[in-house]
Amino acid sequence: MTDLALPAAAPATVAATPVATPPWRRRALAYLQAAPLTLVFLIFLVVPLALTGIVSLWEYNEYEIIPALTLQNYADLFDGCLSADLCTTVRTYLSTVKFVALTLAITLPLGFAVAYFLAFHVRSGTVRMGLFLLCTIPFWTSNVIRMISWIPLLGRNGLVNDTLRGLGLIRAPIEGLLYSDFAVVLAFVHLDTVFMIVPIFNSLARIDRRLIEAARDGGASSAQILRNVVLPLAKPGIAIGAIFVVTLVMGDFVTVGVMGGQQIASVGKVIQVQMAYLQFPAAAANAMVLLAAVLLMILGLTRMIDLRREL
Amino acid sequence: MDQPRGPAFYLLGGIFALYVLFLYGPTLTILALSFQGPSGGLTFPMNGVSTHWFAKLWAGVGVVDIWAALRRSLALGLVVMALTVTLAFYAGLAFRKGFRGAGLVFALAVSSLIVPSIVVSLGIGLEFRLLDDAVKALAAATGWGFLEDHGTLMGLYTSALGAHLTWTLPFGLLILFAVFNRFDPAYEEAARDLGASGPQTLRHVVVPILAPALVGVALFGFTLSFDELARTSQAIGGRNTLPLELQGLTTTVTTPEIYALGTVTTAVSALVIGTALGLTLWLQKRRARRALAGLRP
Repeated sequence: MTDLALPAAAPATVAATPVATPPWRRRALAYLQAAPLTLVFLIFLVVPLALTGIVSLWEYNEYEIIPALTLQNYADLFDGCLSADLCTTVRTYLSTVKFVALTLAITLPLGFAVAYFLAFHVRSGTVRMGLFLLCTIPFWTSNVIRMISWIPLLGRNGLVNDTLRGLGLIRAPIEGLLYSDFAVVLAFVHLDTVFMIVPIFNSLARIDRRLIEAARDGGASSAQILRNVVLPLAKPGIAIGAIFVVTLVMGDFVTVGVMGGQQIASVGKVIQVQMAYLQFPAAAANAMVLLAAVLLMILGLTRMIDLRREL
Repeated sequence: MDQPRGPAFYLLGGIFALYVLFLYGPTLTILALSFQGPSGGLTFPMNGVSTHWFAKLWAGVGVVDIWAALRRSLALGLVVMALTVTLAFYAGLAFRKGFRGAGLVFALAVSSLIVPSIVVSLGIGLEFRLLDDAVKALAAATGWGFLEDHGTLMGLYTSALGAHLTWTLPFGLLILFAVFNRFDPAYEEAARDLGASGPQTLRHVVVPILAPALVGVALFGFTLSFDELARTSQAIGGRNTLPLELQGLTTTVTTPEIYALGTVTTAVSALVIGTALGLTLWLQKRRARRALAGLRP
């Protein structure tokens, strides 16, 4: 199950097997078998995204949305952004991008170290699988619960403050542990490192060990092997992990909400609030800009790799 | 790489151990604190050990009917699980045969993973609102009585179900890709040579071989749905799922009751994960045993 999240090669490698069934029936059957899944994505992904794009161009007032074309929603969104002090939208994006950068900066080396340990240092296959599962099991439990579980540790009278006070390192409890930027980043690392570990582990596990032996025989030091052999081959896994982290953090409103004590702004939260106030066209315009921002960031990451070949 | 353990091993091993502690530590803390005594608070120390907060939870949390939410989440999780396994399995078979547009469908599945959840959720919410408006307009235009009491099409088994599938199906499909890549077509050919029909080959050859992977897909389907929050948030009608209620409770409940609820939720997840992993292990062992015992059915 090393490949729980990522398969090894493109489906194109599957060769047509010689069979008795006539080819047209086979092909018809393939369409029939793919149809339900495709339909789900059409109804619940493609049409909703298209509608979001359309509604983002509609007018609205306090009572209803009006199907009349306007660019006002986008104009409102970027209102005042050209002036010297930053507008709300830009500030919100900067705050969210800051979370993305911090989370990446921590999850990437951490995920790489964990994956590297599993792939290269654990010798028994069974132990490796067991430890790998140990890392993925929390992914199948509730995120909200995992956020709440920081309260007894980070709270004003939490374990961290109590321990530090017990050691005499601080006199008064540190206030900003919970409900702060720190708590938000901590929760992101806690929840999302697994998205780094799995693809990087998948990449590392596929590295031909003879390459490393050859490098060592050639006189390369461990650091050189890591830099010139392992890291380049791990790049696809790193990029896939980074893509996950970028989309999860950019669109987040739950973690920022719960861990920030509902006080910290994020793009996702702005959209959620506008939906709550029934300002659908404004929320839709925001969603379109968010989607564009995320896709741009992903595009940058995919330039590092041929994503299709990796999947 | 069977060399003696160097300092790198101990360094990375230490990082790994700390990471696991970081991963599980907080959850274990609230599991312990949920058994807090009646006078205990949200943090340590434990003021005695009791099941007081579970009893309070059993009686209900304020105005929120937490048990109805749990039942809804369980039921939806099972439906999502069944649909994820079925749809992903058949789509996997189709990709294996190859069909025109396969690349496009694959791109759709990947997009479904990487489009931010709030955007998907908002889109589905808008779609159903517009549908409702259309139905109301139709009712007004035609005067058809059966449309007049139309409330909303949004709900657990319509919009929320769809929202969950956009999250679980890509995982299911990717797992099946990985498995089909390692699947030797010789098994199917052998079955056909022995005179098995298409459906027979599927039932007696393909499904048993894929069974452990299908259990894995089921595990993803249920757990991801049971804990889903972001995609559900804008795409649910009036009656919330458990994670949505939980998120609301984080700001209002200030007693260990919320930890008790966390323990219950985690227990459900743990039960499902344990069952799935146990089942996978059992299936693999059984196959190995049968392989050893010869090719008896």
